[in-house]
Amino acid sequence: MSAMARRSILPGPGLTRAVLWAAIGFAIGAGALAFGLKADEGQIFGLGYLFALFGFLLGIGAFRFWLTWAAGREIDVHEEHAAHGRAGDWRRYFRFTTDHKVIGIQYLVTAFLLFFTAGIAAMFMRFELAQPGIATSKDLYNMIMSTHGAMMITVALISIIGGLGNYLVPLMVGARDMAFPKANALSYWMLPLAVLLVAINPLLGGFDSGWTAYPPLSQQANLGQQAYLMAFVTVGISSILSAINFLVTVFRMRAPGMSLLRIPIFVWALTVTATLALIATSVVAAAFTMLLFDRLLGTSFFRATRGGDVILFQHLFWFYSHPAVYIMGLPGLGAILEVVPVFARKPLFAYPLAVLSFISIGVLSFMVWAHHMFVSGMAEFFHIPIMFTTELISIPTGIVFLSALGTIWMGRIHFKVPMLWVFGFVWAFLIGGITGVFLADVPTDITLSDTYFVVAHFHYTIIGGTIYGLFAGTYYWFPKITGKMYSERLGRLHFWWFSIAFNATFLPMFWLGIEGMRRRVADYPTALGTVNLIVSIAAVNIALSVAVFAFNMVRSWRRGAPAGANPWNAQTLEWQTASPPPIDNFDVIPTVTATPYQYGSLGSTAGEGRAAP
Amino acid sequence: MTAQLGHHASPDEAIAARSNMLLGVKLGILSEAMLFGALFAAYFVVRADSPGWPPISGFERPELILPGLNSLLLVSSSVTMQLAVRAVRSGEGSRMRRWLGLTMLLGGIFIAVQGYEFSNNGFGLDSGIFGSTFYILTGFHGAHVLVGLGLMTIVMNRARRGLVSREHDTALEATSYYWHFVDVVWLFLFSTLYVL
Repeated sequence: MSAMARRSILPGPGLTRAVLWAAIGFAIGAGALAFGLKADEGQIFGLGYLFALFGFLLGIGAFRFWLTWAAGREIDVHEEHAAHGRAGDWRRYFRFTTDHKVIGIQYLVTAFLLFFTAGIAAMFMRFELAQPGIATSKDLYNMIMSTHGAMMITVALISIIGGLGNYLVPLMVGARDMAFPKANALSYWMLPLAVLLVAINPLLGGFDSGWTAYPPLSQQANLGQQAYLMAFVTVGISSILSAINFLVTVFRMRAPGMSLLRIPIFVWALTVTATLALIATSVVAAAFTMLLFDRLLGTSFFRATRGGDVILFQHLFWFYSHPAVYIMGLPGLGAILEVVPVFARKPLFAYPLAVLSFISIGVLSFMVWAHHMFVSGMAEFFHIPIMFTTELISIPTGIVFLSALGTIWMGRIHFKVPMLWVFGFVWAFLIGGITGVFLADVPTDITLSDTYFVVAHFHYTIIGGTIYGLFAGTYYWFPKITGKMYSERLGRLHFWWFSIAFNATFLPMFWLGIEGMRRRVADYPTALGTVNLIVSIAAVNIALSVAVFAFNMVRSWRRGAPAGANPWNAQTLEWQTASPPPIDNFDVIPTVTATPYQYGSLGSTAGEGRAAP
Repeated sequence: MTAQLGHHASPDEAIAARSNMLLGVKLGILSEAMLFGALFAAYFVVRADSPGWPPISGFERPELILPGLNSLLLVSSSVTMQLAVRAVRSGEGSRMRRWLGLTMLLGGIFIAVQGYEFSNNGFGLDSGIFGSTFYILTGFHGAHVLVGLGLMTIVMNRARRGLVSREHDTALEATSYYWHFVDVVWLFLFSTLYVL
């Protein structure tokens, strides 16, 4: 009764209340400093943001069950049930909903919106770079370039593990939800305000440090820079929370019979990813916090004039951010390896070795960070060991690659859209990997550092690894998530248009880099004008092809043909339930009797109750 | 902690929820350990870089007596915490509350002593790299002590309402892990920041 009475006074937990309380929180936090004490605008803004974030989460209802629990009151079972969401109610996507399938879609849609926004920023950059000279303004270019980078990094970090991972991991291991559904929803709802902060940073003066935020540039007063730092720390805390959730789910909530080597490879990839996120993220959070303290509280961690150490920031930053490359990459590789056996109709080649490779990539990724710093002036003796470990990591990566190729070899290949993205991945990631060797070698790296060679390299690895994996996975699981089939024709158009445009954009950049075109600079030597024009035209085509993708997804979701429970005749558990899955995922939790890749052998089943092909 | 989907938990579900929660807390502590690891790494790097410590003359390193006393307090509070856990395991609710209360008292004194020490140090957060590293390490640790005290307050509140028992001890157990972690971090802090 008392709950009902409370609800009539204020709007119920939800977006309206969240926005309201965020505004009130900001006013309290900022106001306390603005009127009470001597404070600069950075401090006012910082405390305001902290309170706004807290108010937003309070308003969305993130803490209500925990607060009830902490107060020792009985938790309203009906309210808790309602928070899990009702099937078919679209409003659950805008609420604090604890169903992992809702949270997965929230992440996925957020990631794609960010992807489109950051893509528009890239279009602006290619407009500026289409011809030598300055068409708009250098400051604007720096600002847009930094925003593009920060947003795309976020996309690469959250899209697959947050989106597809949240939706699919409980289904693939045969659980009814994640281990901590409320913490799961909390990790999503920490994002909107942080993402908004990155998106509006140009209004606060923008930032021009790029996503790496090296001091001393990032220490200089500018609210846009501070907004980025605070947003990054927020995303970091959210990803630590979500990593714990993934690990406990995978380790403790698998269906009976799912031994370690019967876990789908996608889940294995995400498990290693979550481990990396868990261990590494707090290091970058510490680095960014120290940077914020330098800006706001007068500390001198990275101020060389007062005993601080600028290189220290780079060490701490890359200690996270190189593993982060694998936090971005491994989910993509996992999605690719998940798709391959289904469309080659063969067991996954060298599955145990692929698992071992993911784990060794995870371990090695902590020993290679300083290859980002060969020209930074770090200690000389560190160069060769880091070069060695970096090249070592190409062995497990190569095994993952061989696992994909070995599965394709002699398979009965079905050239459906997800499989096309696999082939695209093989090409793109191969180029990304091989060019990485040049950047791992100290002598070539010193020449190529900070040129477009690096830009081309990491776009080939991150687009080739993560985004190709994201597209492969999104097409592959679209029928499961929506219950509808996407348009195969539009999918093919998207793939070919995107792949040709992508290669035409980034392949010439290797050459531009060798010719000496500097990255992160709005202008370049006149002689490189023609190639840059071609690159810009190609880049527009990437954007157009992505528009086809967006159109396909939206239209197919609304009026695609019904897909059925298992359109691909796949053997992993998520296909052994309805599409979209019921709210409790499975009517009966399946029992696993074999690895999920028994293609080609007769009479094999992955789980009981599997539909006959 | 509560059953998923809002059903009342069956015994099996309750056991699973408990072990999930405790594993989650351990993983969270691992991440926290990395946070302090990063701060310690920063401390050692700048200290190795600098010609002396404190790098600028005029600052005195804090004396050992008060923080030494504080170390004793915190170590004892880990012991009392464990006694509280043992009491709840043998089903002695009131004894558990006494030990938990004592743990909170010790933690509270620790914070008070540290506050006194902070206000009497001859240097601040903005006193160059020496003050920066000292206060970020002790400050982050102090914040963790406060969080621990908050968690204990919640457990105490629930215990008063009879909600903590041998069958429902997950929150206390989880809080004890966290508290021991905070204690261990302090021992590292004390030996590096004050003694070394």
